[in-house]
Amino acid sequence: MATDEKFVIIGAGQAAGRAAEAMRTQGFDGCVTIVGDEAYPPYERPALSKQVLIGEDEPDSTYVHQPAYYNEHQIKLKLGVSAKAIDRATKSVSLSDGTTLDYTKLLITTGSQLRRLSLPGSDLAGIYYLRGIDDSLAIRAALSTDAKVAVVGGGYIGLEVAAAARKRNCQVTVIEMMDQLIGRAAAPEIGTIFEAIHRGHGVDIRTSTTVTGFEGDGHVSRVLCGDSEPVDADIVIIGIGILPNDDLASAVGLATDNGIVVDEHGRTEDPDIYAAGDVTNHPNAILGRRIRLESWQNAQNQAITAAKAMCGVEETYAQVPWFWSDQYDVNLQIVGMPEAWSEVVIRGDTGALTFTAFYLQDGCVVGANAINSPRDIPIARQMIQRGAKIDAAALADPETSLRKLLKSLDG
Amino acid sequence: MADTDANAEWHRVASVGEVEEDEPKPVRIGETLIALYNIKGKFYATADVCPHEFALLSDGYVEGDTVECPLHQARFHIPTGKVLDPPAEDDVAVFSVKVEGDDILIGIPKS
Repeated sequence: MATDEKFVIIGAGQAAGRAAEAMRTQGFDGCVTIVGDEAYPPYERPALSKQVLIGEDEPDSTYVHQPAYYNEHQIKLKLGVSAKAIDRATKSVSLSDGTTLDYTKLLITTGSQLRRLSLPGSDLAGIYYLRGIDDSLAIRAALSTDAKVAVVGGGYIGLEVAAAARKRNCQVTVIEMMDQLIGRAAAPEIGTIFEAIHRGHGVDIRTSTTVTGFEGDGHVSRVLCGDSEPVDADIVIIGIGILPNDDLASAVGLATDNGIVVDEHGRTEDPDIYAAGDVTNHPNAILGRRIRLESWQNAQNQAITAAKAMCGVEETYAQVPWFWSDQYDVNLQIVGMPEAWSEVVIRGDTGALTFTAFYLQDGCVVGANAINSPRDIPIARQMIQRGAKIDAAALADPETSLRKLLKSLDG
Repeated sequence: MADTDANAEWHRVASVGEVEEDEPKPVRIGETLIALYNIKGKFYATADVCPHEFALLSDGYVEGDTVECPLHQARFHIPTGKVLDPPAEDDVAVFSVKVEGDDILIGIPKS
């Protein structure tokens, strides 16, 4: 029996693709429409700064589902169209093509937008940002052999771009404002190791350096760094973070606070409007605080939880945050989002780049970074989830089975 | 499922003591990569390669009767191979297992 319910999803990223799928899996047989301003069906971003950027994979490999899937499941994709405004009174969304979509329930998965630099010369040609498929393809085309590449921002995106550019034999300089790399997400010990990894691959790393402008005759040729030495560059790629696209929600009076404020089911204060993915500020019962995540895991799983709630199946969304990054032959996986830690316990061999760093606070594991040690991650995740005190010496000893250590926490 | 002696070829892959609980063991029969599990003393086998992207489930995390892929955290029910959590969409293949004395044997359907 088909209902006359209409679910509209604004934003056609990974969260939208997973939400629509979950709605159908739940047996929802009303209308599902996804509205997105890009030309592509929902896709995942991780490969855009890795395999797609170096030309190893093509963009369609990032699609959550191939286009035929949406037809088969009667999910309508309205691509190349953006949502202009929500009308909560009439329960409709007006679109950039002049049409209006009615909804019975709305899901906002508008994701993030780039933080952009506004500095002298920042509109010169040759300056790129990386967010979508088109950005990745444009940078891929620009990364010609021997080009001088300046990467602004030493976070994951910047470092993955640096690794990709080295793979293309470009000369690469990374400029980071903080005194360490990946400083927003990792301990100084880990930042130092990543600095060594990149230096070892011939990247010029400049920390504690702030970009003050760009010079060039129409096309960028130099990055200015205040009192520090300028960096010659044919191409500049800027990766300095992202901001939630929460304007549509705040414009109609929905609470926003670094993202759209939702509950553990992804519901906003309007019972017919939900949000999921990068754009949400949501509670995490495991961490005991509200967070906003910019991650693959959250785009997938919070979207599924929200879609289920829209179908009347309420589950609590709370997972230990998990991220990964690949640079050269180094796989870094991160669990947890510690705000503070008193000790970093290293298990394994940092010199061989096969180790896990456990972040401890009050004797409990609150986070972990596994370098080429993905097997440690689910166990670290369980340790974080249990929040039990752990024997730091045993944790550091590779002879101790992590699994047995985890089990001992139950005792 | 091919779990009778008649329509399967049985291969000895391990002895009972070699497969610890919660520690899947990678084994190989010809070209086929298989993960062998011990769940509370009972043995199960699935294809070792995650149906989503290349990663070995024998490197994964076993909890109860489920295994989580080490790459993207897709989860599968070990006895049936049924996919429980995305991003995998397809079930993982399962194989029949029997114990004879101290030997664990896996049945590969006769082609």
